[in-house]
Amino acid sequence: MLLIVCAWVLLGLSGFLRPRSKRFVARMLFPIGGFLSLGVATLAGLFLATNLAPQTAVLPLGLPDLPFHIRLDVLSAFFLLILGLAGSGISTFAAGYFRSGEGTSPALLGLQYHVFLASMALVMLADDAYMFMVAWETMALSSYFLVTSRNRIAEIRRAGFLYLLMAHVGAVCILLCFGVLQGGSWHFTFDAMRGAPLTPFWATTAFLLALLGFGAKAGLVPMHVWLPEAHPAAPSPVSAMMSGIMLKTAIYGMLRVSFDLLSIRFWQWGVLLVALGLFSALFGVIFAAVQTDMKRLLAYSSIENIGLIFTGIGLSILFGTNNMPLFAALALTAALVHSLNHAFFKSLLFLTTGSVLHATHQRSLGKLGGLIRPMPWVACLALVGTLSIAGLPPFNGFVSEWLLLQSFLFTPQLPHEFLNMLIPIGAAVLALTAALAAYVMVKFYGVIFLGQPREGSLENARDANWLERLGLGWLAFGCILIGALPQLALRAAAPVTARLLGESVHPSSSVWWIAPIAQQQASYSGLILLAGIVAVVVITFVLVRIIAHGRIRRTETWDCGYPWQTSRMQDTAEGFGQPIRHMFGNFFQMEISLPSAGDTAPRYRVYIQDRLWRGIYLPLARGVQRLAEAIGVLQGGRLSIYLLYSFLTLLGLLVFVL
Amino acid sequence: MKAISFVRQFIEVFLAIAIAPLFTGWIAKCRAWLQNRSAPPLLQPYRMLRKLFFKDVALAKDASIFFRATPYVLFGTMVLAAAIIPSLVTDLPLARVADSIALVGLFATARVFLSLAAMDIGTAFGTLGARREMMIGFLAEPALLMVLFNAFMLFGSTSLPSLVDGNRAHQSVVDPSVLFAAVAFLMVLLAENARIPIDNPSTHLELTMIHEAMLLEYSARHLALVEWASSLKLFNYACIGFALFLPWGIATNGADGLGPLLIAIASLTGKLVIAGAALAIIESFSAKLRIFRAPEYLAMSFLLAVLGLLVHLLLGA
Repeated sequence: MLLIVCAWVLLGLSGFLRPRSKRFVARMLFPIGGFLSLGVATLAGLFLATNLAPQTAVLPLGLPDLPFHIRLDVLSAFFLLILGLAGSGISTFAAGYFRSGEGTSPALLGLQYHVFLASMALVMLADDAYMFMVAWETMALSSYFLVTSRNRIAEIRRAGFLYLLMAHVGAVCILLCFGVLQGGSWHFTFDAMRGAPLTPFWATTAFLLALLGFGAKAGLVPMHVWLPEAHPAAPSPVSAMMSGIMLKTAIYGMLRVSFDLLSIRFWQWGVLLVALGLFSALFGVIFAAVQTDMKRLLAYSSIENIGLIFTGIGLSILFGTNNMPLFAALALTAALVHSLNHAFFKSLLFLTTGSVLHATHQRSLGKLGGLIRPMPWVACLALVGTLSIAGLPPFNGFVSEWLLLQSFLFTPQLPHEFLNMLIPIGAAVLALTAALAAYVMVKFYGVIFLGQPREGSLENARDANWLERLGLGWLAFGCILIGALPQLALRAAAPVTARLLGESVHPSSSVWWIAPIAQQQASYSGLILLAGIVAVVVITFVLVRIIAHGRIRRTETWDCGYPWQTSRMQDTAEGFGQPIRHMFGNFFQMEISLPSAGDTAPRYRVYIQDRLWRGIYLPLARGVQRLAEAIGVLQGGRLSIYLLYSFLTLLGLLVFVL
Repeated sequence: MKAISFVRQFIEVFLAIAIAPLFTGWIAKCRAWLQNRSAPPLLQPYRMLRKLFFKDVALAKDASIFFRATPYVLFGTMVLAAAIIPSLVTDLPLARVADSIALVGLFATARVFLSLAAMDIGTAFGTLGARREMMIGFLAEPALLMVLFNAFMLFGSTSLPSLVDGNRAHQSVVDPSVLFAAVAFLMVLLAENARIPIDNPSTHLELTMIHEAMLLEYSARHLALVEWASSLKLFNYACIGFALFLPWGIATNGADGLGPLLIAIASLTGKLVIAGAALAIIESFSAKLRIFRAPEYLAMSFLLAVLGLLVHLLLGA
């Protein structure tokens, strides 16, 4: 495993052998990186399948007396599996995607890309706080450079700055969290932290710090503001990597701290996580529904999915602290499987937006449309991603949402009267989120790929090249495979839940269906659903052809007999968001300007802003600014005053010492 | 798995496909009677389907393969759903393939396909219909889920056969929460199947239509399949309702032989006749709501389901 990480770094560096050659970097290095990812996935998969004991090693690197510890256990292996599976698809796609002449030179891009990959793997392997933080910061910085690879555009620089700022606020919280976790032993290995006795107060403090730190990385509301800015700014393979994999490192960190390093947990934490998770999910999906930029839409949808994952973790804590290990395992399985699924479908969709972007140079949904005709490959593969993310059977997104709903069903057995009344509402929010996600994805797919092209130039869009198709195809294959055989994902998650909670859900003995708790209680078979639909479709098709006929006449569009159709009569992205704006108006800060009736050149404009931006971030920024100005008074610029400061400090210290 | 259960499975699917248009025809007939019109013959939907299957398809010139494939996918999902729902017997080979939550998901798949197909040609009406259909969908789904949650609280399962068995075992006691859930389910059924308070299946009034707006571009065999799928959807919803609230007559586990099957067919027919008449009465006595009122209607259905849950929790605790 470590070898592969080193190989990635080497691969990145070897780009400098021929820094100007786009061919060398793209066609050689990225595919090799893809194969290495596949290697990571295979190793991690084997590790999970054989359920080995944790393996540790001490690296002779780092500071004197503070060597790097690494450790591979089932939790790391599961997330490395995600990294490997999604990473191989993204690397293959990236091989065909990066063109010369766009921002950063190919060699530097290759280096940043592979360092990013390697640092994410190291985050998952780290076994002491020092190495974790080094890897974490490397990850943040390399991704920052990737986000700002087209740094001539002011908007992108701004997005990058916001990202860097949030990443560092988060990193400080994580650092403090580790500081609390060592519990007075002053040993920063994770082993020492596992044994450290913490009072409930300090345990809760550590948990809250971890929630802040990892939540900021994952994009949990209200720490989400960087996400819809940074993801659209980055090149598409990087957006895919950040959304598909990097957000999962935050999930990994959260699980590591709350289930592994902390030895005590409280049910209130679970309630907090469920509440935050559900709010993020609903918030994300509602904002996704009103977006007009395709990558921002996907970024908000990431917030939604992260919310669902956190909900699963929260439920798991809630069940675990109430001595219901089986249900806790079910909820945690849902969270883990959803992380895996999200890595597949979100990477797939971000990559398809990359193909669309290259073919059309348009990111705005209002200027796309009808791409299924010039780009059938991308459209077909994007359809798989769309149906998966919308949580529709028999694709993979449904499996994890189903597991999450199943775990919600058991909440009435919790011994808290009041919670029992509230939590069904949580299940309803979950259902609303899932249904809204379908709405959002119909908008996404329908506006980009279906209908009439909204601009004339779209007719000559070119389909993706074969490397891009291969990368997309691999991810789409993953979506279909996990959808049809969810047992695979459940089996991969089983050792993790067994390790963290001492219990795991049994994917049932049958290859046909999954029944996480009991056959009588609920069961689901993606394979039979998929096969059944395909079989009925084929039989129907053949029967219709035999009994009736297959004659088709191509005609003008009917549309109730209205002959003057133009492509501007279709719903725009704004139009499709209208019911959401109407119903959930309280979520947004909206400015709408409508044209008057007699206007000869009417313009319709709607501007939507996040309430939290004005509610939290601007006051915070103003406060920091004011504080900085107040401190700035000290900085007089005269040497004698600075000498006076030194003198006063010395005096103070002397008083203290004496 | 015994061979006889496969035979029963086949009978059930075949019956569902065969009588679904009849159910739609029966509702239309009852509505006509109630509205003092002369009623169309009961077999009218079949004649319609036959006519459509033998016509030439007039396909818009911009239609993609997605548009042409969707009617088959719709029909396929609805037939599969009919195979999973225990309308006659509970001991079916396919019944464990999807529990009721997965069934809701299957219906959502069909809805998404139809909406996307409606957007394919890029007409104003098509996208309008797709947007409205998805809106009704996301409002109805939480309410439907609350109904299923309620059933889970009563019988500890989301799997329809287990629910039927559980319901049959305690049929002497009717939990008050069931009444709330039943009303909520009925409201969702009307909304999801484009029936009157939300949508009117028998007009093409441009500004108010939802379901029909999506079908405008379909013709001939494609239209026939979509219509057939719609009637199957209504039939499926009715059967889910029977399984949840009126499970009498369904042949349960172990009741083999021809006798229980015939009883099941007879009781299903009886229930469908009554349900069709009831639907026609509801539709005739209510006016179509404005589209902006649809959220209120579905929120009411959701609240009823939640009330049912709370009633159960308060009384049961």
